[in-house]
Amino acid sequence: MKKILVTLLFLLFGTVANADCNIKSGSINILANDFPALRTLVETAKECKGSADFKVTHSAEHNKIAVPALTANPSEFSVRVAANSSIVPLMNADLIRPMNDLVKKYGKGIQESQLITIDGKVMAVAFMANTQHLYVRTDVLKENGIAIPKTYEEVVAAAEKIRAAGKMKYPYAAAYKAGWNLAEEFVNMYIGHGGEFFKDGGAQPNINNAKGVATLNMLKKLADLSNPDYLTHDSEAIKVEWESGNVAIMTLWASRSGTLLDDEGDAKITAATKLVAPATVGGGNIPAATLWWDGFTLAKNRSDADAEASFRAMAHAASSKEMVAKAADQAVWLVEGFVPGPKSVGVIEAVKMGAKPYPMLPQMGLMHGALGSEIVEFLQGNESAEQALKDVEAAYITKAKEQGFL
Amino acid sequence: MPNRSFFWFFFPAGLAMILFIGLPIISTGIQSFYAQHDQILIEVKKCDPFGCKTSVVVDQEATSKIKEEKPLGKFNGFGTYIDRNHLASDQVSEFWSESKSLGEFIGKVGNLPFYKALVFTLTYCVIVTPCVLLLGFIIALSLNAISRRIRGPLIFGTILPMIVTPLVGSLVLFWMIDAEGIIGANLQILMDDPYLSVKSSKALTWITIIIYGVWHHSPFAFVVFYAALQTVPQEPLEASIIDGASRFQRVKHIVLPHIYPVVTFVALISLMDNFRVFEPIIGFSAEGSAQSLSWLIYDNLVNEEVILFGSAAATSIMTIVGISIILTPVLLRTWKEFRTNR
Repeated sequence: MKKILVTLLFLLFGTVANADCNIKSGSINILANDFPALRTLVETAKECKGSADFKVTHSAEHNKIAVPALTANPSEFSVRVAANSSIVPLMNADLIRPMNDLVKKYGKGIQESQLITIDGKVMAVAFMANTQHLYVRTDVLKENGIAIPKTYEEVVAAAEKIRAAGKMKYPYAAAYKAGWNLAEEFVNMYIGHGGEFFKDGGAQPNINNAKGVATLNMLKKLADLSNPDYLTHDSEAIKVEWESGNVAIMTLWASRSGTLLDDEGDAKITAATKLVAPATVGGGNIPAATLWWDGFTLAKNRSDADAEASFRAMAHAASSKEMVAKAADQAVWLVEGFVPGPKSVGVIEAVKMGAKPYPMLPQMGLMHGALGSEIVEFLQGNESAEQALKDVEAAYITKAKEQGFL
Repeated sequence: MPNRSFFWFFFPAGLAMILFIGLPIISTGIQSFYAQHDQILIEVKKCDPFGCKTSVVVDQEATSKIKEEKPLGKFNGFGTYIDRNHLASDQVSEFWSESKSLGEFIGKVGNLPFYKALVFTLTYCVIVTPCVLLLGFIIALSLNAISRRIRGPLIFGTILPMIVTPLVGSLVLFWMIDAEGIIGANLQILMDDPYLSVKSSKALTWITIIIYGVWHHSPFAFVVFYAALQTVPQEPLEASIIDGASRFQRVKHIVLPHIYPVVTFVALISLMDNFRVFEPIIGFSAEGSAQSLSWLIYDNLVNEEVILFGSAAATSIMTIVGISIILTPVLLRTWKEFRTNR
C-alpha cells in the first residue's frame, strides 16, 4: 500500500518536476485579459514556477488597471499580458522593461518572429494572433441562394435578401457598443477603405475626408441590418444573439470562436456556423480588419530577480509545443509547432490578404477614444457624417493638446 | 453644548474630512491647472509578428528628464477649463456669431460634450428630485395610515429598491427593455414597429433612466418622511378633525409645516445625489444617448487608453461648483430661517 502511494506521489510530482524550469526565487504576478487562450497560457506558465511565488489576475477590466498598477513602485504586477493597443500606454509612460538579455539567456524556444522590437529593444513577446472576421450561417445562406460574402457590399446585399425573405429581422451583427468596440469597427472599416488616421506621420488627425464618410455610411448600412439595440452590444452580446439563431452573418473576434463553437447551445446552429475570411470594402483589396497580437511584457518597477523569474515562466509557456498542440482550438498561436485548424481560418486569410496591424502609435488611443463617443449621433441619425467626423477631429485635437501631442 | 466640548466631539470627524475629502479636492484643483508636457517623439523601427515598419514612439530619455524637473506637467491655467471638451468658450462664441437663429445656436452648443452632459444631468436632477419627494411623501402617508399589523412587511417591501445594489437594479430593468425583453418586445407589438428600440432611442433612454432614478431614490425619501410622521403631534390633528378639516387640509396645514425641515434635508441630499448621476448610465450601457458630468470624469479616467488627469480634474471641480450653485437657494433659505428662529 505504502509503495503504491509513494509511486502515485512520485508520478504526480514527477510530471510537475518535468516542466519545472528550476526557478529558485523571485515572485511572479500576472495581469491578463480573460479569455480561454490566456487562461491556458497562464496555466502553462504556472507549471514551471518552481519555488517562486505565483499569482495571477484575469480581468476584462485589465486596461483600466494596468497603468496605475504598473506605475506604483514596486509595481503590483511583474507581468502584463498586452496587445498592440494596450502596450502603447505602457510604453508612453515608460512602465515596461526591454528584455533582450533575458531573451538571449532563457528564450531558447521563442521564435524570432514572436519578438516585438522597438528600436532593437525587445519590449514584448507575442504568442497569439487575433483579428475580426466574418462568421456565416451556411444553412441560411444556402436556403436563400447566397454565396459566402467577400465584401461588405455583399454582406449588406445578403443581409437585405435574408430580411426580405422574412427569415430574420436582424440578420447582421457586430460589436457596435458605444465606446471602444464601436471605435474599433470604425478603425477596421476605415483601414479597409485605405484611410490613414494621421497626416503624414504627425499627430494631426486625418479622418474628415471622403474615405471617412464612406466608412460611416457603411457602418450605418450594417447597423440598420442589426438588432436595434446595437449600440449596447459588445462581443459577448452578439455571441449570444448568434447562439440564439437570430443572426446569419456576423463580424467577430477570432479568439471568441472557441466558446461560440463549444458543445453548449443549439447543435444545429453550431454545425452550420462557418468561419470565413474578413471582408473587404469599397473595392479595396486589403480586408476591413486589423491584425492583433497578444504578448507578455515585463514591468519596469519590479526587481530584476522578479523579472527574471517571470520571464522564465512566461517564456516556457510562450514556447510550449505541448500547449499549442493541446489548445490548438483556442487561438492562432504564434508558437513553433502550431498546426492551424478550421478555427484559424479568419486570421490566416487576413494575413494572406495583406491585412494591416492595428496602428501602434502613441496618440492612437486618443483617436480611438474620440471615435467611440463622437460617431454615435451619426448612427442614431441625429447628425451628418461630415459633422460627426468634424466632431471626432475636434475632440481628438483637444485631448491631444492636453496630452502634449500637438 | 459648550464650544469646547463640541470641538473635541467634532475633531476626529473633522480631521478625517480634511484628510480624505479636503486635501484630495485641493490636489484635484491644482491638477486641473496642469497639462502634460509636450511629447517628444522619435522615429524608430518597430517589428512585430506581422512585419517591420518605421514609426514614432515617445522618447523616454528626453521625457523623463523634463518630468523630473516639473513632475506636475505643463502649467495650463484655465486652458483645460475652456477647451472644447469643457466650457468650449471659443466654440461657443464662434457658434454665436455664425448661427442664424437661437435654435441653431442651442443645437450646436448642445453637441459639445460638456454641455451635452450638463443638459442631461440637469434634466435628471430637475425631474427626479421633485418626483422622489412627492412619491416618498405619498408612500409615507399611506403606510402611516394602514393597519399596524401589515405595516412591517410593507415597509420592508418599500425600501427594497434601496437595498438592491444600483448596478443590479439597473441591469434588471436593462434586460426588461431589451428588444427581446418583456417590456421592449411588448412595446414593439403595442406600437406596431418591429424596429423600435428603447435602448437606441435617446428620448426613451432618458425616460428609462429617470424612471429608474425615481424608483431607486424614493425609498430614501420615504424612510425619512415616515420617521418624521411619527413625531407629528396627535392633539392638533384630532382638534382639526373635530373642526371638520378634510384629510388634504390636515396634511397641508398641520403635517407638512411640521415636517418641513425634514423635507428641506431630503431635497438637499437628493439634489446632491442626482447631480452626480452615474451608475444607471453604466448599468443601462446608455453612454451613447445619455452622458452625465460624473460619466465624463469616469470616461476621462478609464475609457481612454491614455488617462486624461487634467480633463478629469477640471470636470470634477466644475461638478463641485455646479452642486454648490444648485444648493445655494436651499441653503440660503435654511440660513434665513435659522437666523429668524434665533
